[in-house]
Amino acid sequence: MNFQFSDEAEALRDQARRFLSDKSGRDKARAVMDGGTSHDAALWQEIVALGWTGLRITEEYGGLGLSVLELCVLAEEVGRALSPVPFTSSVLLATEALLIAGTDAQKARWLPKLAEGSAIGTVALGEGTAAAPGVRSSVTIKDGCVSGVKLPVPDAAAADFIILSGPDGLILIETAASGVTIDAVETIDLVRTSSRVTLTNAPAEPMAGGRDALERFLASSAILLAFEGIGGADTALDMAVAYAKERVAFGRKIGGYQAVKHRCADMYIKNQLARSHAYYGAWALLTDAPELAQAAAGARVSAIEAFQFAAEENVQIHGGIGFTWESDCQFFYRRARLLALMLGSKTHWADRLIRALEQRNAPLAV
Amino acid sequence: MDFKDTAEEAAYRATVRSWIEANAGAIKQTHGDRAEGVVSSKAWQKIKYDAGYVGITWPKVVGGQGGTPMQQIIFNQEEARVNAPTGLYAIGLGMCIPTVFTHALTPDIAARYVPSAMNGVEVWCQLFSEPAAGSDLAGIRTRAELDGDEWVINGQKVWTSGAHLSDFGIVVTRTDPTVPKHKGMTMFIVDMKAPGVDVRPIKQMSGGSEFNEVFFTDVRVKDSHRLGAVGDGWKVALTTLMHERVAVGGKPSNAPGVQEMIELARAIDTDSGNALEQSHVRQKIAEVYIQDRGIALTRMRTISALSSGRTPGPESSISKVVVAKMMQDMGSFASDMAESAGLVTDKDGDALPHLGKLQQGYIWSAGLRIAGGTDEVLRNIIAERVLGLPGDSRPDKNLPFNEMGKAEG
Repeated sequence: MNFQFSDEAEALRDQARRFLSDKSGRDKARAVMDGGTSHDAALWQEIVALGWTGLRITEEYGGLGLSVLELCVLAEEVGRALSPVPFTSSVLLATEALLIAGTDAQKARWLPKLAEGSAIGTVALGEGTAAAPGVRSSVTIKDGCVSGVKLPVPDAAAADFIILSGPDGLILIETAASGVTIDAVETIDLVRTSSRVTLTNAPAEPMAGGRDALERFLASSAILLAFEGIGGADTALDMAVAYAKERVAFGRKIGGYQAVKHRCADMYIKNQLARSHAYYGAWALLTDAPELAQAAAGARVSAIEAFQFAAEENVQIHGGIGFTWESDCQFFYRRARLLALMLGSKTHWADRLIRALEQRNAPLAV
Repeated sequence: MDFKDTAEEAAYRATVRSWIEANAGAIKQTHGDRAEGVVSSKAWQKIKYDAGYVGITWPKVVGGQGGTPMQQIIFNQEEARVNAPTGLYAIGLGMCIPTVFTHALTPDIAARYVPSAMNGVEVWCQLFSEPAAGSDLAGIRTRAELDGDEWVINGQKVWTSGAHLSDFGIVVTRTDPTVPKHKGMTMFIVDMKAPGVDVRPIKQMSGGSEFNEVFFTDVRVKDSHRLGAVGDGWKVALTTLMHERVAVGGKPSNAPGVQEMIELARAIDTDSGNALEQSHVRQKIAEVYIQDRGIALTRMRTISALSSGRTPGPESSISKVVVAKMMQDMGSFASDMAESAGLVTDKDGDALPHLGKLQQGYIWSAGLRIAGGTDEVLRNIIAERVLGLPGDSRPDKNLPFNEMGKAEG
């Protein structure tokens, strides 16, 4: 049984964690929140220089050609640091969408640019109160042009191209094209900036694979966002534990009180369950297992639950100070909402999970 | 990543599997008949012993096989496949005997007791909990006093699993009440058939009687049957408890899970359609899946670490606290889904699929949340040992045991 990350992936984790704790402290996230920029461009260039944007892109397109396991590791570490860069939008989502559903021309045009850092991509999934991306979509394609509204679209302001979900699968548009309007909107997450994307007969390139490719992309995204989420959830737990070890009330450290320590234990329990499900997802992605739909949904539901709980209880354990603007607790409280809603909610994914289980009465591999 | 055995593990599994298949005829499935269950358990244990499948990870010098944790895991998995009767020895071989061979005063004692426990002739129990000492084990009051080269034991134990079937037990006693509670304890091997030992079954909330009260009245134990030094009982008991959490850890292999919940829901027609189509039912089953499958996957992380020769992380400490409450939640939700039908005990298991098992799980889980460390104690352990949070308030910690009343309130 080999249900853990390879030594190479663990070495990458160490390197990433050192780099991010050195270069991507939470003051960087705060600067983006306060400063009106879309992301930290200097940090992003360093990340490009490390090769992270081309991690999964094959060598023919100028990337490193590493496996999805290494990508999972980076997703977790970027989530842990809450780095204010378009890593999720461009690397975890747009690049993977191109690898899954890109036509040869789309790959040839964008993958080298992504790898070398001269382009940023994002994906546009959300529309109104629809839960499942692509379902109940207002997006229409006529004569090679797309119309519709996507809201909210993370990192659209920085993006060179956007991959949208439509009723028949994924569609690629370039942000510089005619008929594309991008207006900043405020969302609950103040670090990852978002926009309303309005398309009026914008030139569109449908991607390959139709709805099957969209489904595959959703499964991949669910797993990668789960890793980002467990990174954030672990930071929230670490913050709560550190504070509980230091804050004194009624004559002793508050971490000695069961009401506080049991909540920390519950955070740990949920984080570990979510981690195990995320690993299962990583395995299913890597091996293209028949259990992929089930593993992806389990990873997503579990990670949403863990991150939300950890983020909420982290504020609670900090008490009043945790509710101030100056406290970093708000970053995770807000980020947990972003991750919970940007791909269809927990309710929607729980339903997908049961659908997968109904279709496949698979026992565990062992 | 993969879920496959290494070549070495696969070879061991193949050997074990073919051995079990060749001997499976000796396994008798017994339900409900206790005497018959003991006979078939003893028969199976003897066969395993003769073939060298007992004490797989124990050192060779005490009669074990000197094998790896992975070999033990593989053997247990293969044994579970044929539902072999192993429960009678879970405590004796899982906890008592490792304590005996680790802390016995002389090799003679180990030689006397270890082989006859391994071959199943003698059954062991663990005499720890008392009416006034459950989670707070160091609060035990059963006294042992030295009289010549013998100790005289007086007191009462409770929740002793299998005491009524046992030949010997390990008992933790108080030998010095004038020092703080953790320091005045000593452990012994006790003959459960000795004069003055009185075993009385407890009828549990579930209706069964797997546990007992054990009364000691002037029970004499030779000093040679002491485990560890006088006053070192707490340290010795920790050896036992370390093994206990491993033994009580996971979900019982025949306990219901996600698949059973799906099959039950599918069989129930509610006033607004099939239960499995109801959103709240799907949400609840998803919740069960996250926990049930999540614990199984967490176990695989542990096994994976063992398989590659690494030290497993502390994540396995979450198992029991998750599983016990999950079984309770599943049981209440299952009967809720079935409305009035959920109230009627489905003894024969023919009213609705798995309802009877889930009802039984509901009753049993109330005990499982307490046995082998309560939910609260386990959360303390995670918080203190894994997360490094400060210890609980323990006002009696440094007081002599016989002055502890002063710390109350």
